[in-house]
Amino acid sequence: MKRIVSFITENFEKEVLESFEISSGLLRASNMTEDEIIEEISLSGLKGRGGAAYPTGKKLAQSAVFKSDVKYLICNADEGEPGTFKDRDLLKYDALGVFEGMVISALAVRATDGILYLREEYSFLIDELENILSQMRSKKILGHNILDTGLNFDISIFSGAGAYICGEGTSLIESIEGKPGRPRNKPPYTKEQGLFMKPTLLNNVETYAAINAIMKNGYEEFIKYGTEKSPGTKLISLCGNVNSPGTYEIPFGVTLKEIIEKIGNGVKNERNVKFVQIGGISGPLILGKNLDIPFTYEDFDKIDVSMGSGAILVVDDQTDILDFLDAVQAFFKHESCGKCTPCREGNRQLLNVLARMRKGIETESDIVNIERIAKTMKYASFCGLGQTAPTALLSAIKNCPEEIFRRGEQHA
Amino acid sequence: MDKSMKDAVQKIVIKHGVGKEFLLPILKEVQKLNKYHYIPQDVSQYMAKYMGIHESEVYEVISFYAEFSEVPRGENVIKVCDSTVCKVNDNEELIGLLEDVLGIGMGETSENKKFSLEFSPCFGACDIAPAIRINGEVFGNLNKERLEEILQYYKEGPHEKNS
Amino acid sequence: MRNIKLTIDNQVVVVPEGTTILEAAKKVNIKIPTLCHHPDQKIKANCRICLVETGDDNLDTACSTFVREGMKVNTKSKLVRETQLGVLELILANHDQDCLKCVRNGHCELQDLCEKFSISRDDIEIIPPHDIVIDSKAMDLLNPAIVRDYSKCIKCNRCVEVCREVQDASILAGAFRSTDYTVQPAYGKTLSQTLCTYCGQCAVVCPVGAIYEKSEIQQVWDAIDNPNLHVVVQVAPAVRISIGEEFGFKPGTAVTGKTVSALRRLGFDQVFDTNFTADLTIIEEGYELIDRISNHKTLPMITSCSPGWINYMEGFFPEVIDHVSTCKSPQQMFGTLSKTYYSKTRGIHPSKIYSVSIMPCTAKKFEAKRDEMMTNGIPDVDAVLTTRELAKLIKTAGIDFANLKDEEFDNPFGITTGAAAIFGATGGVMEAALRTVYEVLTDKELPEINFYDVRGMEGIKESSVKIGDLEVKIAVAHGLSNARKLMEQVKDGKSPYHFIEIMSCLGGCIGGGGQPICTEKCIKDQRISGIYYMDQNMPIRKSHENPYIQKLYEDFLVEPNSHVAHELLHTHYSARHL
Repeated sequence: MKRIVSFITENFEKEVLESFEISSGLLRASNMTEDEIIEEISLSGLKGRGGAAYPTGKKLAQSAVFKSDVKYLICNADEGEPGTFKDRDLLKYDALGVFEGMVISALAVRATDGILYLREEYSFLIDELENILSQMRSKKILGHNILDTGLNFDISIFSGAGAYICGEGTSLIESIEGKPGRPRNKPPYTKEQGLFMKPTLLNNVETYAAINAIMKNGYEEFIKYGTEKSPGTKLISLCGNVNSPGTYEIPFGVTLKEIIEKIGNGVKNERNVKFVQIGGISGPLILGKNLDIPFTYEDFDKIDVSMGSGAILVVDDQTDILDFLDAVQAFFKHESCGKCTPCREGNRQLLNVLARMRKGIETESDIVNIERIAKTMKYASFCGLGQTAPTALLSAIKNCPEEIFRRGEQHA
Repeated sequence: MDKSMKDAVQKIVIKHGVGKEFLLPILKEVQKLNKYHYIPQDVSQYMAKYMGIHESEVYEVISFYAEFSEVPRGENVIKVCDSTVCKVNDNEELIGLLEDVLGIGMGETSENKKFSLEFSPCFGACDIAPAIRINGEVFGNLNKERLEEILQYYKEGPHEKNS
Repeated sequence: MRNIKLTIDNQVVVVPEGTTILEAAKKVNIKIPTLCHHPDQKIKANCRICLVETGDDNLDTACSTFVREGMKVNTKSKLVRETQLGVLELILANHDQDCLKCVRNGHCELQDLCEKFSISRDDIEIIPPHDIVIDSKAMDLLNPAIVRDYSKCIKCNRCVEVCREVQDASILAGAFRSTDYTVQPAYGKTLSQTLCTYCGQCAVVCPVGAIYEKSEIQQVWDAIDNPNLHVVVQVAPAVRISIGEEFGFKPGTAVTGKTVSALRRLGFDQVFDTNFTADLTIIEEGYELIDRISNHKTLPMITSCSPGWINYMEGFFPEVIDHVSTCKSPQQMFGTLSKTYYSKTRGIHPSKIYSVSIMPCTAKKFEAKRDEMMTNGIPDVDAVLTTRELAKLIKTAGIDFANLKDEEFDNPFGITTGAAAIFGATGGVMEAALRTVYEVLTDKELPEINFYDVRGMEGIKESSVKIGDLEVKIAVAHGLSNARKLMEQVKDGKSPYHFIEIMSCLGGCIGGGGQPICTEKCIKDQRISGIYYMDQNMPIRKSHENPYIQKLYEDFLVEPNSHVAHELLHTHYSARHL
């Protein structure tokens, strides 16, 4: 495990159980009021690390408003985004830090029941995670009256059953309630009526880990990294045709080129980068010639790119873009829940058109319609899955139309 | 459906609770009662009745989640990631190799019911792509020799590692 | 409640907080297109056709988005139009477009949208550009009542909601995901392999031609055309109040005379009234209740005239079988009489009589095919048409329904009462029974003939009536999820009632699965008003005062619950298992 910085990933190389001690972050939080904890997180500028990038302090503050005898705090470890595996490593190398981040958040919003929603594919982690939870219980940082704060809070693990859509908050909740993971209508909002219609706070694994690290070191230390608008550090999942794929913690502001060359040790077989896909399979493509862009929210905003979960998939010039887009759409066809028209039917029709394009037998109307279908999905889909399913395609049409519209040319 | 299966299902339900909210964990365990990694129709019907849940609601869940199957699979289920990252890391060679060694195509189960080959969306092993998952255990950075070694291991006997 | 001010297409609208954009738009006469939306159901927002622009480059579904102060809604911007059209084309791209051969041709919400959006095949920009290959399950034609055409399903989920939440049958599941997502019974079974009640509520809420009654129109034509058959027809109480809607009459308009006239023109040899056997049901059921009460037999007694309810009971509550009245439904009593009493009096062999019924119901089709409803292998009722099917038959025959002269039913099954008329509404059977039971038991005239407590759309209605020394406790439920609540009590031996009326469908038969599409609550209310208006204006309002009923007992049935009555007019039930 190679890290550039180790603000969040400080414990990655320690043997967890040998070093088991209560985090100074948690101890600190236990002596703070709810407002003080939330203020600290707000000052850090931390944004949700699952992909939506909503300011975490604001989210905690909104959640704190809803008082309830039962209040759920969920850690979303349904890391299904292809190209993303940083949450897996967080839970593998420093689950304690994640759990402590959950307890700190529970202190801030007075949550009663913590749930780690772990994707089925990460079931191999369960035994170790349960072990850590029971250690925490014996150290009394889970359970009754945690650190004399009056907070009663415990964490259980809920294992998913294989559905990408459950990364979406309301689908995840439906799934815990024993139903198919199809997204819910809003309102009611999760923060007010979420799991079992009780107030519910839901954050990504990395967000909780960052909360813990920030409480440990102080927000001042966190904002020393990064830029003014993207303070702190971020975990990236670097993968694809690079020599050293893996999870890395980076300060915001490093350029994509530096990430590929310095962290990833360059492209495999010294080939050229054709494009990178940012934020996982639901993210846009950035062409190889445009990699000087710094990895920050503000720089990505300028080119209408969402950072998503922080996945960086590097694709070399051997890959055919239509083949790639076909794989993207095939993924979404597999994972759409089927609830709404644009997502259910859009992927079906996009794949039909792509199949013709790959054979070089697309029609005039295919060329017109591929973008129409994609835009309909983007604007009309019920949830983020359908809205972002055509992101890669739309960015390819925008950035490299000549690679897509090659009518009559036999390929694939 | 014999009595021992009924007892086993009852035991699982009682362990978790009869509410609908325990459906996923219950189904996971019920599926493990069958060595062919599936939930037979009579079992899920019995389970629904015992839990006082409509059969349709149980079926919705079984048919929705990738982990659950309503049809028998091989004793060893090999899932091959066909998402983008494994694709750009040449998973096709791997697929060809798997099909050759096992003598079955993707989506098929071997005649002796030892192996099933299934496509799977990304299971988060992109850093060791191309990767496969056998009964829940992930193997990555695969080449021919390593794959053959792994398959030999599973061929030799029934294994339920991490499943 | 706070008022919210917003603009929709630059028009200022003020509506209470909690109003959706869709409702707010109606106030300024803007009709936003909808498809999955149904006024009696929960917000679904899954078809995505009702998108409107609520901010820069942002679309929201009007059916599920609540108004906010200062909101600026645009319902027809370029983005809105293009996206709505895109959604519509995506629906069509996997929808069997054989509209001309579709049962819902002319009554289809999707077809209406296509017209509204001027969908044209000449347009190059149409998805998909190639011949459509529909990816769907094969049709389910394996039961006598309901057809499922999966190639038409648009996955709006209205049927799932009604089946699960209103009818508590939960036969339909949203199975699989993505392109495989299918609204179907568990394990892809046919309806006949499930405990489906055939209530047909799924068909009534379906916006397209994916669920509909199994047609028997052709069989009826064949019978009419067959010179060797004497074809009789009966018309259920709730049909005369709704069929007018198919011909431009306002909901709740009774068109009894025109219906009779149309049926004669269609070529039926005799046109009879199911209301007659509704009166007969009241006599038989009333005496059964009196017997159960006086002789301390199983109570509460539960009505048996709704076949959807009977199917539900046999499937989900077989424990209460002994509580259910053994009386056949009016349809089946009529069927039996048509092939016994009528056959005898007219001197026509039963095998030459073809007995047709016009019903507001799809479960009646199933009921008529039950083994218990056969005599010597001949069905008592040969064919059942829904209200919708009759309307089609009339249209096919080119009959100008609206301008027909009123005609009278034929005798001996033509004179009826107000008690029978109200069978069509929830609480009606209860009220009719009370009118008779009271007078039979006390030998006194009812002081108040109207039992208002049991009328109306409330799901479960309770009351008690003092009959002589006895306080008779009664309950009325409609919609099977309401029935369930009462049945749990009966099953546990905790039911406080003497007599319970259950109707399978909300509103009773006026809301039946065979009624004209658009059976929304507001229309049900109007049909119910129409029913009670009819009752009020009937010369006879109590079943036991029907002179032809009295004559039937004198000539044929001897007395209520006699041996012959039991033989012909009563039945038995058995548990349905999967």
